[in-house]
Amino acid sequence: MVNRILVGAHYGLKDWIIQRATAIIMAVYTVIFLVVIGSVGPDSLETWRGVFAGGFMRFATFLFFISLFYHAWIGIRDIWMDYIKPDGIRLLLMIATATVLVGYAGWAIRILWRT
Amino acid sequence: MAEMAIKKKRPKNLDLPTIRLPLPGILSIIHRISGAALFLLLPFLLWLFESSLTSAQTFASFKGVVDNALVKIILLGLIWFYMHHFCAGIRYLLLDLHKGIDLKSAVLSSKIVFGVSIALTLIVGVKVLW
Repeated sequence: MVNRILVGAHYGLKDWIIQRATAIIMAVYTVIFLVVIGSVGPDSLETWRGVFAGGFMRFATFLFFISLFYHAWIGIRDIWMDYIKPDGIRLLLMIATATVLVGYAGWAIRILWRT
Repeated sequence: MAEMAIKKKRPKNLDLPTIRLPLPGILSIIHRISGAALFLLLPFLLWLFESSLTSAQTFASFKGVVDNALVKIILLGLIWFYMHHFCAGIRYLLLDLHKGIDLKSAVLSSKIVFGVSIALTLIVGVKVLW
């Protein structure tokens, strides 16, 4: 007999872990970013572009954005699941959220690699 | 069994003026509100980031927008939301590790989150916006 429990905890474990992993990546990046803007702010275009032109900062910023969008997906999805009860509207909001976040990811990549 | 559980006497407090959300609860709801607000303003923030990096013209319009007093206030609010989400998030990671889960430390760590996030907001806000 298959004893599969269809409700309850642990089906969201993957998202729970990703939410925390992305949070740690963003927290580390936040510290790096604050140290960087402590010395180089967006005062002139050349120096400000220089900050993100380096391989490390560009990759770190890319990683930050991807973490941010995945983290936002989990958080906003939780908000819809908590407050929006009709399945149809909830599904629509989730699709809309995922769609804009994928779009933002493309936008962020374009910003970083055009610099 | 179920009936017994229902019949069990429980303490009741329906004196509404004396009920209020404790500090960790206020921290929690601001964590959610700040996350939602930051999500909603993502297109504005990405647009600001893009203009600050693209060309001399877009950089000038970036400067123009950020110099606006109303925009400065909105950005200061967003910096506070970010810092609160950041500090409260670190507190939640510690709670996940069962650090500070008793009532006294939970209230104390909430106070620390509010203090540190407001201090960081002022430091970063003054540095970046003024």
